[in-house]
Formats: sequence, structure tokens, C-alpha cells
Amino acid sequence: MPDLRFSEAEPSDAERLAVDGVVAELGAVVVVEGERLVYAGRARTAERRHLLLPALHAIQRTSGWISPGGLDYACRQLEVPPAEAYGVATFYHLFTHEPPEATDVVHVCDDIACRPPGALGLIDELRAAGHNVKASPCLGQCERGPAVLVQRTGDHDLTIAPGSVDGVAVAISGRTSAASVTLPQAGSPGLRLLARVGVVDPGSLDDYRANGGYRALDAAISMGPDRIIEEVSTSGLSGRGGAAFPTGVKWRGVADQQGRPRHVVCNADESEPGTFKDRVVMEGDPFSLVEAMTIAGIAVGAEQGWVYIRGEYPVATHRLRMAIDQARAAGLLGADVAGSGKRFDIDLRSGAGAYICGEETALFNSIEGFRGEPRNKPPFPTTHGLFGEPTAINNVETLLNVPAIMLDGGEAYRATGTDRSPGTRLFCLSGRVAHPGTYEHEFGITLRGVLDAAGGVVGADEPHAVLLGGAAGFFVRSEQLDLPLTLEDTRAAGVSLGSGVVMVFGEEDDMVDTVRRVAEFFRDESCGQCVPCRVGTVRQEEVLARLRDGATLDDEVELLDDLAAVMRDASICGLGQTASGAIRSALDLGLLEGAR
Amino acid sequence: MNDVPVSAPRRPVELTIDGGTVRVPEGSTILDACRQEGIDTPTLCWAENLTPVNVCRVCVVEVENSRVLVPSCSRWVEDGMVVSTDSEKVRTSRRMVYELLASSVDLDRADAEVHAWMEHYGADPGRMGDRADIATVEQPPKLQDDLYVRDYERCILCYKCVEACGEDAQFTFAIATAGRGFDAHISTEFDVSLPDSACVYCGNCIGVCPTGALVFKTEHDMREEGTWDEDAQSVTTTVCTFCGVGCNLELHVQDERIVKVTSPADHSVTNGHLCIKGRFGWQHAQS
Repeated sequence: MPDLRFSEAEPSDAERLAVDGVVAELGAVVVVEGERLVYAGRARTAERRHLLLPALHAIQRTSGWISPGGLDYACRQLEVPPAEAYGVATFYHLFTHEPPEATDVVHVCDDIACRPPGALGLIDELRAAGHNVKASPCLGQCERGPAVLVQRTGDHDLTIAPGSVDGVAVAISGRTSAASVTLPQAGSPGLRLLARVGVVDPGSLDDYRANGGYRALDAAISMGPDRIIEEVSTSGLSGRGGAAFPTGVKWRGVADQQGRPRHVVCNADESEPGTFKDRVVMEGDPFSLVEAMTIAGIAVGAEQGWVYIRGEYPVATHRLRMAIDQARAAGLLGADVAGSGKRFDIDLRSGAGAYICGEETALFNSIEGFRGEPRNKPPFPTTHGLFGEPTAINNVETLLNVPAIMLDGGEAYRATGTDRSPGTRLFCLSGRVAHPGTYEHEFGITLRGVLDAAGGVVGADEPHAVLLGGAAGFFVRSEQLDLPLTLEDTRAAGVSLGSGVVMVFGEEDDMVDTVRRVAEFFRDESCGQCVPCRVGTVRQEEVLARLRDGATLDDEVELLDDLAAVMRDASICGLGQTASGAIRSALDLGLLEGAR
Repeated sequence: MNDVPVSAPRRPVELTIDGGTVRVPEGSTILDACRQEGIDTPTLCWAENLTPVNVCRVCVVEVENSRVLVPSCSRWVEDGMVVSTDSEKVRTSRRMVYELLASSVDLDRADAEVHAWMEHYGADPGRMGDRADIATVEQPPKLQDDLYVRDYERCILCYKCVEACGEDAQFTFAIATAGRGFDAHISTEFDVSLPDSACVYCGNCIGVCPTGALVFKTEHDMREEGTWDEDAQSVTTTVCTFCGVGCNLELHVQDERIVKVTSPADHSVTNGHLCIKGRFGWQHAQS
């Protein structure tokens, strides 16, 4: 044993088996007798520390909590200091470090999209029915709220949406999640990213191939890395995670690195309130993401791919895992990808309830088995990404664009959308629209066009307010209905498309409460690392609570502005930098005038 | 940490700070450059004997063409960089960081320079609201042994103690950050007491704490009694006699009794860090 001190706590046999199972499945652990961390052993811990997050999941699933015995056993197996492992376990919302009150934890989303359809009432009803209920931030089921996630001990988790007392009981007894949604646009000829969703059998590689799947990989293999990157650059594809960085530039940057190994990471930690588009594709067409990642791997010369998917998506996780396994069995992943002579494989890792892990460097830390705290940039992932190695990290939606670029070429792709925003974009419609759901539109469509395509606003001609881009985005009002939803137009208007959220509020919705809930979200999801965000998000929420309780805006506005300034200018990462944007916009648009 | 520097001479980098041209060796941080020029810059989580974690954000400066402010403690200088250390944006953020900390944490025993900087930037933590109505980290101190007191309502979460306990000095890993957001705190596993943890009582966490959250029990007790008086203390430098390593000790003496022991951060043997014997093995001297 190395020079670490472990505790005397004993694991249960089941916990021992659970941790051993993770180690057997994900990586052999070699412990050198007498190894001392102090002599560079720390570098070698990278070989096994990344097993910590899967091990914690295994303990939580087995025992219903992270018990001292289970944690200590994982620490001994993986040579992680117990204090650090405890720090990691307590970072995540889905891990508990006290003995469970019941076998099942019923997480009910009480976030902004699920409040209007009755989340708070549902929480009371479920508690009255005897469930162990936890209020949760956005669960990514916003088109059919209020959403429920049942976290089970000794069994897989379940999603129920819309949630109800009966629905939860039925799901638990049948061990079945709610069926995946049908797309409002299903069958429309113009779909690219959503073309196969609801059409193919998500569990069948053969069906995927019968519907045009894996032709893009064949094309990419014959093109070779340089041409792939050239076509992606020509296409003008930019990142869909929110920052809109040109994908071709990112891939070129990684491909040009001397260092090896290199990684492709798919950011599927979609946790922005109001966002559910990636889930819909991962549930309905998981092979497309596997294929797109494989192309990315060949392009940048990476042998290892990683999908980091939020822990609240049991169905998408299951289907993606099956797709990866089938692709590997068919020789489309592994030592010789589709006969190309190139090695590429994919590991799937689940998050455990932390919005911040969608920030790329926090995501790396989370995979590596550390707390999901963002790193300072520079250096950037291109040179110092996962495990400090060159990494191309892309959002799910960004990657989904790649197969079409391989098949039709970058020029054809560039001809769609607008000049500076080529291609199509996924939008997450929720709230007071006739047909909520995931939509695909060419860039250039106006906000009014997006609302009309979703059947228009319910009970009014125009929305009272629209949250554009999620909690990290901005509120807009009817004056902005003719705003073309492109990168350039939204930027010029001082707003952003973010993750494609279009959440519609009506006159009947309580905007003061909505804005306060946005502030609460950022307070809850701050990692706590830097002062501006850790304390600033708390003070911001306090101001909004005071406004709700009768304070006048004039007395608070200077403080609110100063809080916005320090969070925007001095926070380490995008969470703190955007934590005041939506709130500030609500204020500017007069949405808080209801506050006395 | 104790590597002998054998690298080639470093290329000079030229940048502009507050309108003046500055030349520093490649690999320097903006903070290094500021200090070379005599531009006073506040820091909280930075220390010369620890790896920068850049979490307090009080050393932020404005760099031309950067959307957000950058932490001077950990950003390397680049040719042609244009840095402002006293712009409106910088002053607002620095003042706000102090206001946010002072409104949630007890800074009474923080280093004197903390208070000087707060005054310099006109920090007014009171405007965050009445302390009784806003979130703070108020809690009773942890007294679990005869050597340490951990008074976490004074903790600003600068990570220095974690670093000193871990890879920057001791490699003991007895403490880490646990929890998240405003609930983030320094903890052992499952909050077990220090004697039950991996702690080896080297005292290096106390040595780096800037706010008096971690103190010698002697200091804590004297403060409680009202007898702690730094003006009445003398500091004598000597060499530890327990082994042959040759660690420099600074004995802080008040009323002819040793009240605490430190080591200079720039000492080539210790880098400011000691072991339990040097830090606490002096009781016999006054028995």
C-alpha cells in the first residue's frame, strides 16, 4: 500500500463487488507495493483516478449513499486520499453522504420550465404519498414538465414526464421510464440533425445503416484527416454549446499538436435550464453521435473518445451505451475502425448532478476523478485538455452536423443558413407554446418564425416574455420577435442563442419568481471555487428575494449592478460570467415591475 | 518545489503595464512583473511557496483584448501585452471581492494588508445587508486536540491549507475542499476529527493561512484570554536541533514563552514548511 492513510470503515460485500466491477470493466489497477505519492507517484495516479467517479456511482447505486466503508474501499483500490474522494463525492447533487431515508429518491424538477405546469404542487403530492422527494434543478424534460427522476437503490433510474403520483407509482412497479417524445416536426423533409429521430430503431445498428448510417464514416476514411478538417472548416460549422467557436479551427489545432495521446470528448452534459435537444437525439438516434465522434477521432488523430453525459438522462445513457457496444462488436470502434487501420474507441462517463461540469475544463476534471472545478484558461483544451493532453471537445449538436458535411461537402453545408451562420440549429421550445419540443430550423429564421412553427403562443397573440438561450442567456420581449436567430444578429442585439432555449412566458406567469429561481439556480450550481461567483450568486439571490418581499428596486439596483460586474469580469468561468445576464435583462425590460 | 534551477537563461519579454514598458524574463507572471516595477498588487490565495490556484480573484488586472479580467498571479506575460492594474473595472472587481468576503467571513484576524487594501478600495461590506439577514459562514471553532484550532468562520477558502497539506509540501492529503458553492468548505473525509484523519500535525496549514482560521492552540487560547499581543513578541531565528536537515525556525516569544513557531517562506531548506517536531516540539524549552 502506498503512503496514504485510510480509515477503518468496512465496506459491505455488495460495495466491494460494485467497486471491483467498475475496475474490471473500465481499467486494470496496478498498485505497486510501497509506492509513495510523494515521489511522482501522483502522475501515475492518473491511470486509475478516473475510475473514481464510476466507482462512486457504483457505491451510490448499491447502497443508496456513499457510505464511509464504500468510500474507503474505493480509495484503497484506486489509491485516492479519502479526504479528496469525500470532496469529490460531496460535489455532486446525485450522491448522498448520509444513510438514505428510502430506497428511492424522487427528484422533482422545480426549475423555471417546470414551475408553471405545477412542479411545486407535485412535490407536495408526492411527499404526501410518502415518497422521499428532493427538489431538483432542470432535469432536461422541459417540453413535458413537471419532470421527475427516480433514483433507485440497486436498480436503474427512471424518468417520468410529465410526472404525477400515479405515473411515479406505475414507473417504479414496471421499472420503465416514460417513452421518448415524438418530434413535432417528425417526417418533415428539411430535417438533417433530426432526420432519423423517431424513424429508426435506436437499438439497431442494422436499421441505422439501412437509413443511411455509417456512409459518412466511409466517406471520411477515404478522405483522410486533412480533407475532413478542410471540409469542416469550409462548412463554417461553429460550436453549438454556446461559445460558437469554429469547429474546423479547433480540430486543426488538435491535429497539429505533437503530443499524444489525444482525445475527442463529447460534451453531453446538457444541463442549461430549458435545454433538452441533445437528449432527444441521443434517445432517438444514438448511433449518429457515435459515428460523428469516430469521424472526429480520425480527423484529429485521437485514439480515445469520451462521452460525458449528464447523470439525469437514464434513457439516453442506456441507448448510447448500447450503440457504443454494438458499434464495437461490428468493428466500427476498436483497434481497426471499419477496416481503416485506425484505432478509436469510446468510453461513456456519467455526470452526477452538476451543471458546472458542462464547462469544458470542469468536465475534464470530473472525468479525471477530481472536483468539477473549472480550470483557468489559458492553456486551452487544444493543448492541455483531458489528462493535460491535446483534446478536441465538442457539444453533441456540433458533432451531429459532421456526417452531412462528410457526405455533401463543406460548400453545400455552407449554402444553408446565413452567410455567417451556416447550417441548421436545434431549438428547445417550452412554456406557453402550442406544441413544445425540439425543432430544427435553418439559421436565419426569426423568433416569430420559431414560435409560429411551434403552433404559436398559447392564449395570446404574443408572448409576455421569452427566455432565449437558457439561464445563461437573456429575456426578450415582443419587440424582438422579428430578430433573426443567427449568431451575428443575436450578438448585435446583445443577446445570445446559447443552447437554443426558447422558453415562453405568458401574462399569467410570475416573472419575479421566475427571475429569482434563475438566481437560485446559479447559487446552487456555483462550484464554489472563486469568490465572485461563490458569494456573488448568493448575494444576487438575496437581492431578488428582497425585491420579491417588497424592497424597492431603486435601493438595490446599484448593488445588483456591482454584483453583475464582479461576476462577469472576475469569475473564472462562464457560469459566473453569465450568472447575471438573464436577471439584468429582466430588469431592463421591466419584467420585475411587478415587484413592489 | 525543491528543484535546483538549471534551466538556460530566460528570454526577456516586453510588455506594458499602466503605460510603462516593462521587461521581465519569459515565464514570469504578470504579478512578478508588477512587483518588479513596484506596483503594489493585493493577493489572498497566492503565496510564494505554493502553486497559484487563482481562486480569490483579488489580484485581477485588465489585459487589452481580453473580454474578462485575468488573474495576475497565474497569467504568464506575453510580448506586447498591455496591462492595466488600476482601471475602473479592476477597482470595482477588487473592491467587490473584498466586500463579498468580508460580508460572509470574519476577517478580524486577517493579515494587516487585507485591511489596508479594503480601505484603499473603499470596501463597504455592510451594504450587502444586515449580517443577521444574509448568508455567512458563521460557526463555532473546532477544538479537537492540543495543537490546532480550526475556526472556519474565518475561512475565505483560499485553498492554501489544502495545497500545503497535499502536493505543495506535506503529501498527507488530510484535508480537501468538500461540498459545493457557498457550502464548499475545508474538511476531512466525512468530517472526522483531525486526530482520526490522516493529519500528521506538521502545522503547515497554519503556516499558510492568511486569515487566522487555522491557528496554534496557544495563540487561540491567548486571544481568548486577551493576552495575545504581537507588539510584545520578539522573533528569534534559529536552526531546528531535532535532525540534521537544518530547517530554519523563527521562534515567536512573548513574556519569555514561545507562543508559535514559523519558518521563512524563502528559506532554501523549508520553503516555509516544517514538520511536527520543528513546529511543536518546543514545550520542553519552557517546562
